[in-house]
Amino acid sequence: MAGTFQLELVSPARLLLSRPVEMAVIPAAEGEMGVLPGHAPMIVALRGGVISVTEGGQVTEHLFVNGGFAEITPERVTVLADDATPVANLSKAAAATALAQAEAGMVDLQSSTPEKRDQAMVALLSAQAMVATAEAP
Amino acid sequence: MASLKMLRMRINSVKSTRKITQAMKMVAAAKLRRAQSQAEAARPYAERMERMLASLGAAVASSPDAPPLLVGTGRDQVHLLVVMTADRGLAGAFNSGVGRFARARVRALEAEGKTVKILSIGRKGAVYLKREFASRFVGEVSFQGKKTVEFADAAEVVAKISAMLEAGEFDVCTLIYNRFKSVISQIPSEQRLIPAPLPEVQEEAKAGPQAVYEYEPSEEEILAALLPQNLGVQVYRAILENSAGFYGAQMNAMDNATRNAGEMINKLTLNYNRTRQANITKELIEIISGAEAV
Repeated sequence: MAGTFQLELVSPARLLLSRPVEMAVIPAAEGEMGVLPGHAPMIVALRGGVISVTEGGQVTEHLFVNGGFAEITPERVTVLADDATPVANLSKAAAATALAQAEAGMVDLQSSTPEKRDQAMVALLSAQAMVATAEAP
Repeated sequence: MASLKMLRMRINSVKSTRKITQAMKMVAAAKLRRAQSQAEAARPYAERMERMLASLGAAVASSPDAPPLLVGTGRDQVHLLVVMTADRGLAGAFNSGVGRFARARVRALEAEGKTVKILSIGRKGAVYLKREFASRFVGEVSFQGKKTVEFADAAEVVAKISAMLEAGEFDVCTLIYNRFKSVISQIPSEQRLIPAPLPEVQEEAKAGPQAVYEYEPSEEEILAALLPQNLGVQVYRAILENSAGFYGAQMNAMDNATRNAGEMINKLTLNYNRTRQANITKELIEIISGAEAV
Protein backbone atom coordinates (compact mmCIF):
# COMPACT_ATOMS: atom_id res chain seq x y z
CA MET A 1 0.00 0.00 0.00
CA ALA A 2 1.16 3.45 -0.75
CA GLY A 3 1.62 5.64 2.28
CA THR A 4 -0.93 7.01 4.67
CA PHE A 5 -2.81 10.21 5.30
CA GLN A 6 -4.01 11.88 8.46
CA LEU A 7 -7.67 11.19 9.26
CA GLU A 8 -9.35 13.44 11.75
CA LEU A 9 -12.89 12.86 12.94
CA VAL A 10 -14.36 15.54 15.16
CA SER A 11 -17.83 16.13 16.54
CA PRO A 12 -18.86 19.30 18.39
CA ALA A 13 -18.44 17.48 21.67
CA ARG A 14 -14.98 16.01 21.12
CA LEU A 15 -12.16 14.83 18.92
CA LEU A 16 -12.91 11.21 18.13
CA LEU A 17 -10.08 10.14 15.92
CA SER A 18 -6.82 11.61 14.73
CA ARG A 19 -4.27 9.26 13.26
CA PRO A 20 -2.66 8.23 9.99
CA VAL A 21 -4.68 5.70 8.01
CA GLU A 22 -4.36 4.06 4.60
CA MET A 23 -7.88 4.43 3.34
CA ALA A 24 -11.20 5.77 4.53
CA VAL A 25 -14.62 5.18 3.03
CA ILE A 26 -16.82 8.21 3.57
CA PRO A 27 -20.61 8.35 3.10
CA ALA A 28 -20.72 11.48 0.93
CA ALA A 29 -24.07 13.00 0.06
CA GLU A 30 -23.90 11.69 -3.50
CA GLY A 31 -22.52 8.23 -2.84
CA GLU A 32 -19.84 6.45 -0.90
CA MET A 33 -16.35 7.70 -1.48
CA GLY A 34 -13.13 5.82 -0.93
CA VAL A 35 -10.30 8.20 -0.10
CA LEU A 36 -6.66 7.26 -0.59
CA PRO A 37 -3.57 9.37 0.07
CA GLY A 38 -3.04 12.08 -2.54
CA HIS A 39 -6.74 12.64 -3.21
CA ALA A 40 -7.63 15.87 -5.01
CA PRO A 41 -8.78 18.62 -2.65
CA MET A 42 -12.51 18.43 -2.05
CA ILE A 43 -15.15 19.58 0.35
CA VAL A 44 -18.12 17.25 0.53
CA ALA A 45 -21.32 17.10 2.51
CA LEU A 46 -22.05 13.83 4.29
CA ARG A 47 -25.25 11.88 4.70
CA GLY A 48 -25.97 9.46 7.51
CA GLY A 49 -23.77 6.41 7.09
CA VAL A 50 -20.71 4.49 8.14
CA ILE A 51 -17.11 5.62 7.87
CA SER A 52 -14.79 2.66 7.44
CA VAL A 53 -11.14 3.07 8.25
CA THR A 54 -8.46 0.88 6.70
CA GLU A 55 -5.08 0.45 8.33
CA GLY A 56 -2.42 -2.12 7.45
CA GLY A 57 -4.56 -3.57 4.68
CA GLN A 58 -7.47 -4.31 7.02
CA VAL A 59 -10.62 -2.50 7.93
CA THR A 60 -10.04 -1.62 11.57
CA GLU A 61 -12.90 0.65 12.49
CA HIS A 62 -16.50 1.43 11.62
CA LEU A 63 -18.04 4.65 12.83
CA PHE A 64 -21.57 5.81 12.24
CA VAL A 65 -22.01 9.52 11.48
CA ASN A 66 -25.36 11.21 10.99
CA GLY A 67 -24.36 13.95 8.63
CA GLY A 68 -21.72 16.64 8.52
CA PHE A 69 -18.88 17.66 6.22
CA ALA A 70 -15.51 16.41 5.14
CA GLU A 71 -12.56 18.38 3.92
CA ILE A 72 -10.18 16.35 1.79
CA THR A 73 -6.67 17.44 0.91
CA PRO A 74 -3.85 15.27 -0.47
CA GLU A 75 -2.32 14.74 2.95
CA ARG A 76 -5.26 15.13 5.30
CA VAL A 77 -8.95 14.34 5.68
CA THR A 78 -11.01 16.20 8.24
CA VAL A 79 -14.49 14.93 8.96
CA LEU A 80 -16.75 17.34 10.82
CA ALA A 81 -19.55 15.06 11.95
CA ASP A 82 -22.74 16.29 13.58
CA ASP A 83 -22.53 13.26 15.81
CA ALA A 84 -20.48 10.10 15.60
CA THR A 85 -20.65 6.71 17.31
CA PRO A 86 -18.59 3.58 16.81
CA VAL A 87 -20.87 1.03 15.16
CA ALA A 88 -20.26 -1.45 17.98
CA ASN A 89 -21.80 1.02 20.44
CA LEU A 90 -24.86 1.71 18.35
CA SER A 91 -28.00 0.43 20.02
CA LYS A 92 -31.10 -0.65 18.17
CA ALA A 93 -33.28 1.17 20.66
CA ALA A 94 -31.55 4.50 20.08
CA ALA A 95 -31.78 4.00 16.34
CA ALA A 96 -35.47 3.19 16.59
CA THR A 97 -36.07 6.33 18.64
CA ALA A 98 -34.24 8.46 16.09
CA LEU A 99 -36.31 6.91 13.31
CA ALA A 100 -39.56 7.51 15.15
CA GLN A 101 -38.60 11.15 15.70
CA ALA A 102 -37.66 11.63 12.07
CA GLU A 103 -40.95 10.08 10.94
CA ALA A 104 -42.88 12.33 13.29
CA GLY A 105 -41.10 15.26 11.66
CA MET A 106 -42.35 14.14 8.25
CA VAL A 107 -46.05 14.33 9.16
CA ASP A 108 -47.01 17.97 8.66
CA LEU A 109 -44.82 18.87 5.74
CA GLN A 110 -47.43 19.69 3.14
CA SER A 111 -47.73 23.25 4.40
CA SER A 112 -44.07 23.98 5.11
CA THR A 113 -41.23 25.31 2.98
CA PRO A 114 -39.13 23.21 0.59
CA GLU A 115 -36.06 23.71 2.82
CA LYS A 116 -37.88 22.28 5.82
CA ARG A 117 -39.00 19.34 3.72
CA ASP A 118 -35.43 18.73 2.61
CA GLN A 119 -34.17 18.87 6.16
CA ALA A 120 -36.79 16.40 7.36
CA MET A 121 -35.97 14.10 4.46
CA VAL A 122 -32.27 14.18 5.30
CA ALA A 123 -33.04 13.46 8.95
CA LEU A 124 -35.26 10.54 7.97
CA LEU A 125 -32.67 9.03 5.63
CA SER A 126 -30.01 9.40 8.30
CA ALA A 127 -32.21 7.68 10.86
CA GLN A 128 -32.98 4.88 8.41
CA ALA A 129 -29.28 4.38 7.80
CA MET A 130 -28.75 4.30 11.56
CA VAL A 131 -31.37 1.58 11.99
CA ALA A 132 -29.93 -0.46 9.13
CA THR A 133 -26.45 -0.16 10.61
CA ALA A 134 -27.59 -1.08 14.09
CA GLU A 135 -29.45 -4.14 12.87
CA ALA A 136 -26.68 -5.48 10.66
CA PRO A 137 -24.71 -8.22 12.43
CA MET B 1 -20.79 47.04 74.27
CA ALA B 2 -22.53 43.93 72.98
CA SER B 3 -23.24 41.28 75.53
CA LEU B 4 -21.30 38.03 75.62
CA LYS B 5 -24.28 36.05 74.47
CA MET B 6 -24.82 38.29 71.44
CA LEU B 7 -21.18 37.96 70.46
CA ARG B 8 -21.32 34.19 70.77
CA MET B 9 -24.34 34.11 68.51
CA ARG B 10 -22.70 36.27 65.92
CA ILE B 11 -19.56 34.14 65.90
CA ASN B 12 -21.66 31.04 65.38
CA SER B 13 -23.59 32.58 62.55
CA VAL B 14 -20.43 33.72 60.75
CA LYS B 15 -18.98 30.25 61.25
CA SER B 16 -21.91 28.59 59.54
CA THR B 17 -21.72 31.13 56.71
CA ARG B 18 -18.10 30.18 56.28
CA LYS B 19 -19.02 26.52 56.07
CA ILE B 20 -21.50 27.26 53.32
CA THR B 21 -19.13 29.40 51.27
CA GLN B 22 -16.41 26.82 51.67
CA ALA B 23 -18.69 24.09 50.38
CA MET B 24 -19.78 26.26 47.47
CA LYS B 25 -16.17 26.87 46.60
CA MET B 26 -15.47 23.14 46.48
CA VAL B 27 -18.50 22.52 44.30
CA ALA B 28 -17.55 25.35 41.95
CA ALA B 29 -14.02 24.00 41.68
CA ALA B 30 -15.27 20.55 40.70
CA LYS B 31 -17.72 21.97 38.18
CA LEU B 32 -15.06 24.27 36.81
CA ARG B 33 -12.88 21.31 35.97
CA ARG B 34 -15.73 19.64 34.12
CA ALA B 35 -16.69 22.81 32.27
CA GLN B 36 -13.10 23.43 31.30
CA SER B 37 -12.59 19.97 29.89
CA GLN B 38 -15.85 20.26 27.97
CA ALA B 39 -14.68 23.57 26.53
CA GLU B 40 -11.38 22.05 25.54
CA ALA B 41 -13.04 19.05 23.92
CA ALA B 42 -15.09 21.38 21.75
CA ARG B 43 -12.11 23.33 20.53
CA PRO B 44 -10.84 21.02 17.73
CA TYR B 45 -14.21 21.06 15.99
CA ALA B 46 -14.41 24.84 16.11
CA GLU B 47 -10.88 25.19 14.77
CA ARG B 48 -11.45 22.87 11.84
CA MET B 49 -14.77 24.47 11.09
CA GLU B 50 -13.07 27.83 10.96
CA ARG B 51 -10.42 26.55 8.58
CA MET B 52 -12.99 25.02 6.28
CA LEU B 53 -15.18 28.10 6.31
CA ALA B 54 -12.27 30.40 5.61
CA SER B 55 -11.41 28.57 2.40
CA LEU B 56 -15.03 28.31 1.36
CA GLY B 57 -16.23 31.72 2.47
CA ALA B 58 -13.52 33.68 0.71
CA ALA B 59 -14.61 32.20 -2.59
CA VAL B 60 -18.30 32.96 -2.16
CA ALA B 61 -18.38 36.18 -0.15
CA SER B 62 -17.65 38.37 -3.15
CA SER B 63 -20.50 37.04 -5.27
CA PRO B 64 -23.69 39.11 -5.18
CA ASP B 65 -26.04 36.32 -4.13
CA ALA B 66 -24.00 35.21 -1.12
CA PRO B 67 -26.17 33.87 1.70
CA PRO B 68 -27.21 36.47 4.30
CA LEU B 69 -25.83 34.34 7.13
CA LEU B 70 -22.38 35.03 5.69
CA VAL B 71 -22.57 38.64 4.53
CA GLY B 72 -25.55 39.98 6.46
CA THR B 73 -28.25 42.07 4.84
CA GLY B 74 -25.86 44.71 3.63
CA ARG B 75 -27.33 47.29 5.99
CA ASP B 76 -26.23 48.38 9.42
CA GLN B 77 -29.38 49.69 11.03
CA VAL B 78 -30.82 47.12 13.40
CA HIS B 79 -28.42 45.45 15.81
CA LEU B 80 -29.21 42.26 17.65
CA LEU B 81 -27.16 41.77 20.79
CA VAL B 82 -27.02 38.25 22.16
CA VAL B 83 -26.05 38.73 25.79
CA MET B 84 -24.80 35.69 27.59
CA THR B 85 -24.73 35.45 31.39
CA ALA B 86 -25.08 32.79 34.04
CA ASP B 87 -28.32 31.53 35.51
CA ARG B 88 -27.17 31.95 39.06
CA GLY B 89 -25.47 34.61 41.09
CA LEU B 90 -22.95 34.55 43.92
CA ALA B 91 -20.11 34.83 41.47
CA GLY B 92 -18.62 38.21 42.18
CA ALA B 93 -18.74 40.67 39.31
CA PHE B 94 -19.30 37.97 36.70
CA ASN B 95 -22.84 38.84 35.72
CA SER B 96 -22.73 42.55 36.37
CA GLY B 97 -19.52 42.82 34.32
CA VAL B 98 -21.27 41.52 31.21
CA GLY B 99 -24.34 43.56 32.09
CA ARG B 100 -22.37 46.77 32.29
CA PHE B 101 -20.57 46.00 29.05
CA ALA B 102 -23.85 45.28 27.28
CA ARG B 103 -25.43 48.44 28.66
CA ALA B 104 -22.54 50.55 27.39
CA ARG B 105 -22.89 48.93 23.95
CA VAL B 106 -26.62 49.56 23.82
CA ARG B 107 -26.13 53.20 24.80
CA ALA B 108 -23.34 53.68 22.23
CA LEU B 109 -25.39 52.11 19.43
CA GLU B 110 -28.47 54.09 20.25
CA ALA B 111 -26.48 57.28 20.39
CA GLU B 112 -25.52 56.55 16.79
CA GLY B 113 -29.18 56.30 15.94
CA LYS B 114 -29.30 52.51 15.49
CA THR B 115 -32.08 50.27 16.66
CA VAL B 116 -31.07 47.70 19.25
CA LYS B 117 -32.68 44.37 20.03
CA ILE B 118 -31.60 42.11 22.86
CA LEU B 119 -31.70 38.34 23.07
CA SER B 120 -30.52 37.19 26.45
CA ILE B 121 -29.12 33.81 27.31
CA GLY B 122 -29.04 33.12 31.02
CA ARG B 123 -31.39 34.39 33.68
CA LYS B 124 -29.20 36.88 35.50
CA GLY B 125 -28.41 39.03 32.51
CA ALA B 126 -32.07 39.17 31.59
CA VAL B 127 -32.95 40.43 35.05
CA TYR B 128 -30.17 42.98 34.98
CA LEU B 129 -30.89 44.41 31.54
CA LYS B 130 -34.66 44.31 31.79
CA ARG B 131 -34.61 47.02 34.39
CA GLU B 132 -33.48 49.48 31.78
CA PHE B 133 -34.06 48.00 28.35
CA ALA B 134 -37.22 45.92 28.75
CA SER B 135 -38.67 47.35 25.54
CA ARG B 136 -35.74 46.06 23.47
CA PHE B 137 -36.08 42.45 24.55
CA VAL B 138 -36.95 40.01 21.81
CA GLY B 139 -36.28 36.76 23.57
CA GLU B 140 -34.84 34.93 26.51
CA VAL B 141 -33.16 31.57 26.73
CA SER B 142 -32.19 29.90 29.95
CA PHE B 143 -30.35 26.66 30.55
CA GLN B 144 -31.38 26.55 34.17
CA GLY B 145 -31.77 23.08 35.54
CA LYS B 146 -29.59 21.47 32.89
CA LYS B 147 -26.53 19.66 34.07
CA THR B 148 -24.46 20.05 30.94
CA VAL B 149 -25.14 22.14 27.89
CA GLU B 150 -25.23 20.08 24.71
CA PHE B 151 -24.62 21.17 21.17
CA ALA B 152 -28.34 20.79 20.51
CA ASP B 153 -29.04 23.59 22.98
CA ALA B 154 -26.79 25.93 21.04
CA ALA B 155 -28.51 24.82 17.82
CA GLU B 156 -31.80 25.92 19.35
CA VAL B 157 -30.47 29.42 19.92
CA VAL B 158 -29.11 29.52 16.39
CA ALA B 159 -32.46 28.43 14.95
CA LYS B 160 -33.99 31.41 16.71
CA ILE B 161 -31.37 33.79 15.40
CA SER B 162 -31.56 32.60 11.81
CA ALA B 163 -35.35 32.70 11.87
CA MET B 164 -35.11 36.34 12.88
CA LEU B 165 -32.58 37.02 10.14
CA GLU B 166 -34.85 35.47 7.52
CA ALA B 167 -37.70 37.61 8.75
CA GLY B 168 -35.43 40.62 8.31
CA GLU B 169 -35.65 41.61 11.94
CA PHE B 170 -32.01 42.63 12.27
CA ASP B 171 -28.95 43.43 10.18
CA VAL B 172 -26.00 42.80 12.44
CA CYS B 173 -25.75 40.20 15.18
CA THR B 174 -23.21 40.47 17.96
CA LEU B 175 -22.54 38.08 20.79
CA ILE B 176 -21.58 39.47 24.20
CA TYR B 177 -20.15 37.03 26.69
CA ASN B 178 -17.45 36.52 29.27
CA ARG B 179 -14.28 35.30 27.64
CA PHE B 180 -12.54 32.77 29.84
CA LYS B 181 -9.01 34.07 30.13
CA SER B 182 -8.09 32.24 33.28
CA VAL B 183 -9.73 31.00 36.43
CA ILE B 184 -9.38 34.37 38.07
CA SER B 185 -10.02 36.58 35.10
CA GLN B 186 -12.99 36.68 32.74
CA ILE B 187 -13.21 39.47 30.25
CA PRO B 188 -16.55 40.69 28.96
CA SER B 189 -16.08 40.77 25.21
CA GLU B 190 -18.05 40.89 22.01
CA GLN B 191 -17.93 38.82 18.90
CA ARG B 192 -19.70 39.52 15.64
CA LEU B 193 -21.70 36.57 14.34
CA ILE B 194 -23.48 38.04 11.33
CA PRO B 195 -22.04 39.07 8.95
CA ALA B 196 -19.43 36.40 9.60
CA PRO B 197 -15.98 37.88 10.12
CA LEU B 198 -13.69 36.25 7.59
CA PRO B 199 -9.95 36.23 8.14
CA GLU B 200 -9.47 37.25 4.53
CA VAL B 201 -6.11 38.94 4.39
CA GLN B 202 -4.06 36.15 5.94
CA GLU B 203 -6.10 33.49 4.25
CA GLU B 204 -5.38 34.68 0.75
CA ALA B 205 -1.68 34.52 1.34
CA LYS B 206 -1.82 31.10 2.95
CA ALA B 207 -4.42 29.46 0.77
CA GLY B 208 -2.56 30.17 -2.46
CA PRO B 209 -1.41 26.70 -3.49
CA GLN B 210 -4.31 24.65 -2.12
CA ALA B 211 -7.19 27.00 -2.72
CA VAL B 212 -8.78 24.99 -5.50
CA TYR B 213 -11.32 22.69 -3.90
CA GLU B 214 -13.90 20.62 -5.63
CA TYR B 215 -17.31 20.67 -4.06
CA GLU B 216 -19.87 17.95 -3.85
CA PRO B 217 -22.72 18.84 -4.01
CA SER B 218 -22.41 22.46 -5.13
CA GLU B 219 -20.53 25.18 -3.31
CA GLU B 220 -23.73 27.00 -2.40
CA GLU B 221 -25.41 23.94 -0.99
CA ILE B 222 -22.48 23.12 1.24
CA LEU B 223 -22.20 26.69 2.40
CA ALA B 224 -25.92 26.79 3.14
CA ALA B 225 -25.49 23.81 5.44
CA LEU B 226 -22.14 24.84 6.83
CA LEU B 227 -23.07 28.35 7.92
CA PRO B 228 -25.78 27.51 10.46
CA GLN B 229 -23.50 24.80 11.78
CA ASN B 230 -20.70 27.31 12.14
CA LEU B 231 -22.98 29.71 13.95
CA GLY B 232 -23.97 26.88 16.26
CA VAL B 233 -20.34 26.14 16.98
CA GLN B 234 -19.62 29.77 17.80
CA VAL B 235 -22.57 29.97 20.16
CA TYR B 236 -21.75 26.60 21.68
CA ARG B 237 -18.18 27.67 22.30
CA ALA B 238 -19.32 30.90 23.90
CA ILE B 239 -21.76 29.03 26.11
CA LEU B 240 -19.04 26.67 27.27
CA GLU B 241 -16.56 29.46 27.90
CA ASN B 242 -19.24 31.34 29.72
CA SER B 243 -20.03 28.45 32.01
CA ALA B 244 -16.35 27.74 32.67
CA GLY B 245 -15.90 31.43 33.46
CA PHE B 246 -18.89 31.41 35.73
CA TYR B 247 -17.55 28.58 37.85
CA GLY B 248 -14.14 30.26 37.93
CA ALA B 249 -15.67 33.49 39.11
CA GLN B 250 -17.84 31.72 41.62
CA MET B 251 -14.92 29.78 43.00
CA ASN B 252 -13.01 33.00 43.40
CA ALA B 253 -15.88 34.86 45.00
CA MET B 254 -16.50 32.04 47.44
CA ASP B 255 -12.82 31.82 48.27
CA ASN B 256 -12.83 35.50 49.15
CA ALA B 257 -16.01 35.13 51.15
CA THR B 258 -14.50 32.24 53.12
CA ARG B 259 -11.40 34.28 53.84
CA ASN B 260 -13.42 37.30 54.92
CA ALA B 261 -15.55 35.14 57.17
CA GLY B 262 -12.35 33.83 58.78
CA GLU B 263 -11.14 37.36 59.41
CA MET B 264 -14.48 38.33 60.82
CA ILE B 265 -14.44 35.35 63.17
CA ASN B 266 -10.99 36.33 64.42
CA LYS B 267 -12.11 39.88 65.10
CA LEU B 268 -15.25 38.79 66.85
CA THR B 269 -13.38 36.25 68.94
CA LEU B 270 -10.92 38.92 70.04
CA ASN B 271 -13.80 41.19 70.90
CA TYR B 272 -15.52 38.37 72.78
CA ASN B 273 -12.43 37.59 74.83
CA ARG B 274 -11.87 41.26 75.67
CA THR B 275 -15.44 41.65 76.82
CA ARG B 276 -15.23 38.50 78.91
CA GLN B 277 -11.96 39.73 80.51
CA ALA B 278 -13.46 43.17 81.17
CA ASN B 279 -16.41 41.52 82.92
CA ILE B 280 -14.12 39.44 85.13
CA THR B 281 -12.03 42.48 86.01
CA LYS B 282 -15.14 44.43 86.85
CA GLU B 283 -16.40 41.69 89.13
CA LEU B 284 -13.01 41.43 90.84
CA ILE B 285 -12.95 45.18 91.47
CA GLU B 286 -16.41 44.97 92.93
CA ILE B 287 -15.44 42.11 95.24
CA ILE B 288 -12.20 43.75 96.34
CA SER B 289 -13.73 47.15 96.97
CA GLY B 290 -16.58 45.43 98.85
CA ALA B 291 -14.05 43.60 101.04
CA GLU B 292 -12.09 46.81 101.69
CA ALA B 293 -15.21 48.62 102.80
CA VAL B 294 -15.94 46.01 105.45
